[in-house]
Amino acid sequence: MEQQTVESLQEKRLKLGSSPHIKSPFTTEKAMYYVIIALIPCIISSVIFFGFYQLVVIGTCCVFSVATEYVIKKLRKQKITIMDGSAFLTGLLLGLILPPNYPLSHCALGSIFAIGIGKEIFGGLGFNIFNPALVGRAFLQASFPVETTTWVKPKLAVDTVTSATPLAQFKFEKVIADVSHLFFGNVSGSLGETSALAILIGGLFLIIIRVANWEIPLSMIIGMVCFQGILWVIDPTKYANPLFHILSGGFLFGAFFMATDWVTSPITKKGMWLYGIAISLLIVVIRNFGGLPEGVMYAILLMNAATPLINRYTIPKIFGEAK
Amino acid sequence: MAKSNTFTYEYLKGLWDQNPVMKQVLGMCPTLAVTVSVVNGIGMALATTFVLVFSSLIISLIRKIIPNQVRIASYIVIIATFVTIADYVLRASYPDLSKALGPFIPLIVVNCIILGRAEAFASKNSPFRSLLDALGMGTGFFIALVVLSGIREILASKTILGIQILPDSFAPILVMILPAGAFITLGLLFGIANFYSISLEQRKREKIIKKYVDNNQEKVKE
Repeated sequence: MEQQTVESLQEKRLKLGSSPHIKSPFTTEKAMYYVIIALIPCIISSVIFFGFYQLVVIGTCCVFSVATEYVIKKLRKQKITIMDGSAFLTGLLLGLILPPNYPLSHCALGSIFAIGIGKEIFGGLGFNIFNPALVGRAFLQASFPVETTTWVKPKLAVDTVTSATPLAQFKFEKVIADVSHLFFGNVSGSLGETSALAILIGGLFLIIIRVANWEIPLSMIIGMVCFQGILWVIDPTKYANPLFHILSGGFLFGAFFMATDWVTSPITKKGMWLYGIAISLLIVVIRNFGGLPEGVMYAILLMNAATPLINRYTIPKIFGEAK
Repeated sequence: MAKSNTFTYEYLKGLWDQNPVMKQVLGMCPTLAVTVSVVNGIGMALATTFVLVFSSLIISLIRKIIPNQVRIASYIVIIATFVTIADYVLRASYPDLSKALGPFIPLIVVNCIILGRAEAFASKNSPFRSLLDALGMGTGFFIALVVLSGIREILASKTILGIQILPDSFAPILVMILPAGAFITLGLLFGIANFYSISLEQRKREKIIKKYVDNNQEKVKE
């Protein structure tokens, strides 16, 4: 008799476990692959403007990123997670923010550093403080300053286009590049960042399928228009117009693909606006008053570091709670 | 490892068990700042060891006559005396090294290792023990600085002690000369050191368990 009750209880027992209980079919892997798809226009534009060799540069970054992830997971005796696409995506992003014809040995070193130090040392995907691809890029910029700032003329260049990036040209020679060149990407710069059109196609795709949020890119653009607009109104000869700054350099690429990284950006709506505007403020400060012509990478890395703080101070009020 | 109260242990503990850089995380300022080349690292470590040994010895000798209320001030005076000696000796005999180390030689006065050993060890132990302790800590500091500066120098300028080791085709990783390189290298070294000591402990524990199990089995057989 007693035996039976125990058995019937066991049949009816509740399944205990911590939340979440309902899981979305939209997994991390799927999101990663959508971002990779969204980057295809950028890869195509880099091939159009800088030649097929750039596929080797990007490929090297991808291969070494995935290999590093595999080796580290193996060493730490953890589940091999190279199939979730995150390491591949890091490699792809790193490849797209490197200069054309970048030495392959440096690509490999940067990828190893990005995955090893930027991601795995913190515990892997979801635990990294900084965007791994930007960590790799910052490491390469500090380690090999000459190679990392050597730019190549785009293939379709007309005579007026020099091999300096539009931002460097403006900073040191006060020459503003043609807006149509900037929009289609016929300027020198990092592989994926030159063509605003390609970035917008990929970025809007990500926003429409809701992999990336729209708050961060929009707040970055609004911030850029406001801060750069103020400077431009004060002295148009000294400071370039906001449109030039939005289209040139890595601003759009950073806004759509780097700053919207799930792991390293704030999770609250208010925090996202704060984050985006702070990034654009830092970019305006670095580009106009700093020694370097470009500051998107450092601006995003700095705000990555501030993300936990932003999250803490923008926790939304619990519904119904008195002030 | 030797037992914890013998004279040999007083020396040996500074090498690994209580290594000032790797385990106590003291003296970070000179560790990070001057380890651009092995020569600088050795110079810094020797100067610090000199100050550490003599100040520990003197403090230990007069530990009973220093009033408790002014002990830190007294330690600083003693330490500063030896730092001044080290500074002038370096300036007179090795002007290049002295220039390379710059303000970090006078800053030995406020090096946490020295004040820490004075407060934690020399003021409570006999002169001979304090001397051994200071020598051990100095050696530990020396090892840490040489390893750190060796890694940084070989990656940034392909040399060790000015002798080229890596081939010309190796592209120097300039970040290693920068402060960022020091932080990254030191962080990785900490990680490796912690990993090593954790696995050592685990192995020790497993050995004890195995011994216990074996003993029990023998008893069962009997």
